[in-house]
Amino acid sequence: MPLSSKHLLGLQGVPREDIQLILDTATTFREVLERPIKRVPTLQGKTIVNLFYENSTRTRISFELAEKRLSADAINFAVSSSSVSKGETFKDTMKNIEAMKVDMVVVRHFAAGAPHFLTKICNANIINAGDGIHEHPTQGLLDMYSIREKMRKLEGLKVCIVGDIAHSRVALSNIFGLKTMGAEVSVCGPLTMIPRYIEELGVKVIHNIDEAIQENDVLNVLRIQLERKAREYFPSIREYARYFGITEERLEKNGKEVLILHPGPINRGVEISSGVADGLNQIILQQVTNGVAIRMAVLYLLGTLK
Amino acid sequence: MKIVLKNVNLLHPEQKINEKGKDILLINGVINNIGSLSKEDLADAKVFDFSGKYVVPGFFDMHVHLREPGREDEETVVKGCNAAANGGITGIACMPNTEPAIDSAEVVEFIKKQAAGHLVDVNVIAAATLGRKGEIISPMAELREAGVVGFSDDGAAIKTSAILKRALEYSMMYNLPIIEHCEDEALAGGAMNEGVNSTMLGLPPIPSIAEDLIVMRDIIIGEYTGGKVHIAHISTKRAVEMVREAKKKGIRITAETTPHHFTLTDDAVKTYDTNTKMNPPLRTQKDVNEILTGLKDGTIDCIASDHAPHSPEEKEVEFDHAPNGITGIETEIGLALSELVHKKILSLDELINKLSINPRKILNLPIPKFEEGQPANFTILDIEEIWTVDLSKSKSKSKNSPFDKRLLTGRPIAVMNNGKMFYEDKFADL
Repeated sequence: MPLSSKHLLGLQGVPREDIQLILDTATTFREVLERPIKRVPTLQGKTIVNLFYENSTRTRISFELAEKRLSADAINFAVSSSSVSKGETFKDTMKNIEAMKVDMVVVRHFAAGAPHFLTKICNANIINAGDGIHEHPTQGLLDMYSIREKMRKLEGLKVCIVGDIAHSRVALSNIFGLKTMGAEVSVCGPLTMIPRYIEELGVKVIHNIDEAIQENDVLNVLRIQLERKAREYFPSIREYARYFGITEERLEKNGKEVLILHPGPINRGVEISSGVADGLNQIILQQVTNGVAIRMAVLYLLGTLK
Repeated sequence: MKIVLKNVNLLHPEQKINEKGKDILLINGVINNIGSLSKEDLADAKVFDFSGKYVVPGFFDMHVHLREPGREDEETVVKGCNAAANGGITGIACMPNTEPAIDSAEVVEFIKKQAAGHLVDVNVIAAATLGRKGEIISPMAELREAGVVGFSDDGAAIKTSAILKRALEYSMMYNLPIIEHCEDEALAGGAMNEGVNSTMLGLPPIPSIAEDLIVMRDIIIGEYTGGKVHIAHISTKRAVEMVREAKKKGIRITAETTPHHFTLTDDAVKTYDTNTKMNPPLRTQKDVNEILTGLKDGTIDCIASDHAPHSPEEKEVEFDHAPNGITGIETEIGLALSELVHKKILSLDELINKLSINPRKILNLPIPKFEEGQPANFTILDIEEIWTVDLSKSKSKSKNSPFDKRLLTGRPIAVMNNGKMFYEDKFADL
């Protein structure tokens, strides 16, 4: 059964069957990644543009690798935000790229809704690689894949997203995807970093990190974006680390096994201690590997849609 | 020229006129006779059979951005007036956030010159402070002499309480209102209303309290000074409640709301259509319900479009980057009839008060009269016609409206004012 949409703009509203299909397809590609020759001819002849309006290393490399391993022609188009002020509009840039006959566009943009805007002005498949503080669906998918790989299920699992929920695009994709797959989702962080009305998405809000550890099977620890405006939302890094950071002592004190995820890049000693980041309960690097498989699955499923 | 409007319903709440099936004879744009026309009257007259249509005192929109001077690519005085006429409006007040701002008699005169001879009366709102910077109050006495009817730093609230106090004290001498765009600067800056939708869409939020706080400030300073405060485009539940309470206490405060704020909620933003981005932003159903209540119980005095034209290159961008505002002067009557009259929120009489009588009262302008010897200043309505908004036929220079293709019930079919008529897409002399 094919996917129900020709774009992947977010996980909100994506049916369970589609998520299931992507995760299952990723399992196949995950196996390809273990082969000596990690390339399949599936998307030969397809042209994919990685249109990045925001700096990104791992997401761009992950997509680029996924594209190359599917034998697609991958082109990177990094637009520094300054070129916006140079005059060419996003629309004109996209129209130019489309005129070069591309099949798919992977877009990272600092403005929420930018990928949705692209679907209105061009015919290529659009894949959202992160739009503002809205969604980052492939991250949500790879997180779910990694949890499922480790825990053997998603249904009924209790997952808590920890950190700056309000300025995270990872949080929403996790929330929408996990809820669709039947997990119970909560968020934990300083109240200044929890968007108002998030409970209306069926998400529990926790302010105490110990409670979050006690109540959950999985913690998805978000990066505190020290370089962003987000820095104004808590008093000091020290205070954040002390009251919301995941440390070995804290895990030990709670005497409970939880699976730790982190979308990276990690701030050691801030949201996660080195001990936890390198410890036995985390799957941070597996997430990175799985990310390539998930992106291969998404590109393959969208690229071969009739 | 002799013109007869045949078999019309006359409605004028201020004059307590409500008569059906009358004829009106106009000679050279002046009302000559209402009611009983003889055969001679009809003999050489041009007769418009408007059977079943309503003739009401010409509608007035007290919140319009004409963009001239400065952004003539988006709108001009003449094009904006053409759009007004097409929208069933015979008088407007234009806002001072032009480039340069309307803060000197010269700019007022320039706009008046551009508007001279048009069917639509253009009244000017001047900046409350020089350059709308919120530092020094504008030369209000001189501006008044040049003909302005109110003051506003629209686009933003008057920056500080001290300047607002001064502006109210000064403008009071001339009984002119201070029109306030109520938004706390420190809480502003987002792209949509703070709510579950802003959370789901990942768009930077503007909390409703940004509006509430400034409405509260303005009520308090308004009461203290005794000046005339008019709240522009009221959009939140709490703001409506506060204005209601203030009115009960006898504080001189009035308020307007816009068709989009009584019609749409922030659900409309879900498509990331930049034509749903405006300031104040679209709010929630609770806010809309309170606005409807406020319209009904008289808390909200007027309906105004906040017609804000923007060029396509400015609007066809990422949501975050798009400027605030939508055009609205051509859809406001249709929306008001559909959403308020046909849904039994307001009677037609009450609607006329909010779209014709009250805004003129707030700005101290004469109210058109249905009397022999008075110039004809009419809006003629077909309240039953079902029609579809077609932006491609808009007379405005810009087309940034979320209401394209919307089905509406009731529309203005003609307007008359200043010895001119706009009917069937054409201007003609009366």
